[in-house]
Amino acid sequence: MQNTTIAYDSKVEGEVIVTQADAVINWIRKHSVWPMPMGLACCAIELMASGGARFDISRFGMEVMRFSPRQADCMIVAGTVTYKMAEVVRRIYDQMAEPKWVVAMGACASTGGMYRSYATLQGVDQIIPVDVYISGCPPRPEALLDAMIKLQDKIGTERSVTNLFPEKADSTEAAGATK
Amino acid sequence: MTTSDLALLKERFETLTQRESSDHVALNCASSQLIELCTALRDDFGYDMLVDVTAIDWDAQSPRFTGIYHFLSTTKHEYLRVAADCTDDINPALPSLTSLYASANWHERETYDLMGIRYQGHPDLTRILMWDAYPYHPLRKDFPLAGIEVPLPADDVAEVTGMSVRPAPMVGGPFVSSADGPMSQTEPRARDESWNEKKIKPCGK
Repeated sequence: MQNTTIAYDSKVEGEVIVTQADAVINWIRKHSVWPMPMGLACCAIELMASGGARFDISRFGMEVMRFSPRQADCMIVAGTVTYKMAEVVRRIYDQMAEPKWVVAMGACASTGGMYRSYATLQGVDQIIPVDVYISGCPPRPEALLDAMIKLQDKIGTERSVTNLFPEKADSTEAAGATK
Repeated sequence: MTTSDLALLKERFETLTQRESSDHVALNCASSQLIELCTALRDDFGYDMLVDVTAIDWDAQSPRFTGIYHFLSTTKHEYLRVAADCTDDINPALPSLTSLYASANWHERETYDLMGIRYQGHPDLTRILMWDAYPYHPLRKDFPLAGIEVPLPADDVAEVTGMSVRPAPMVGGPFVSSADGPMSQTEPRARDESWNEKKIKPCGK
């Protein structure tokens, strides 16, 4: 693992590692993302394919899909969000423990997609903060994996305390303000 | 349906007329005789399956709403379409077929939800697709495809997110043909339902 913020020389330091809390916490977090599959339409099929042997999302340490929001920290919104379903999506998001992230998978979750209609929410970012958007209708599993790796990169750059104590977070921090 | 069966039916139901159709046999029936007709179709003519219940909104015409029923005979392998006009244009109503066909239950709820036709005698005439408090019937001709602004179904979610059900932007959207000329000759393209200082808001006035 390449991480320049952790330096360890066993000859000099013995059993002591000197680093930053952010670096360690983020390193732990980004390598054990537990996704919550919010499968609402055909994107969920591609999401399932990503979990299967051919694409194998476990190569990146995020294979532990949990169907309970209390056991997950990354909601993958895969599919069309209707206004009737928006309430449910928001409630499930609220039930996830901090820190938590959201991936909007596919055109529908990102913008409403081809559903320009009275029934469809025009992008899930109108009700929950989204970290990564994926284009495609539906996106291929590679696109999802790419987005999850981008999410890992993003987690690596976050200030972990922001997520630990959201109410005490610096108000100038954009991530803290939206979460 | 054989011509003899058709003649028999017309003899029993004086309001029955043949309806123009390009596929299956279709009949017009007065809504007052609908239950009686469907009972006869089911018990005496073998139409034992109700495949679909829907409705037509004729917009400015009167009668404005027509209920449509598709029946299938599983023994004769024939479809039959029955149409019944709603006598009231403002509060359209039809008798419910739930006592005859179990499948009518959800179909009638859907038609009520999207077209606003009340089915009298239905055991639970509530919305099936839109949420209960939704104030409109979206498949009516006077309802814009983009939608009309209403509050979100959950108050607390609306408060936290500051969101409401908003008209969807239609420009560039797919699957909407121009209103001019036959649909087969026009390129699918959305009508502009956006609004600004010069152009008034097309819906939710």
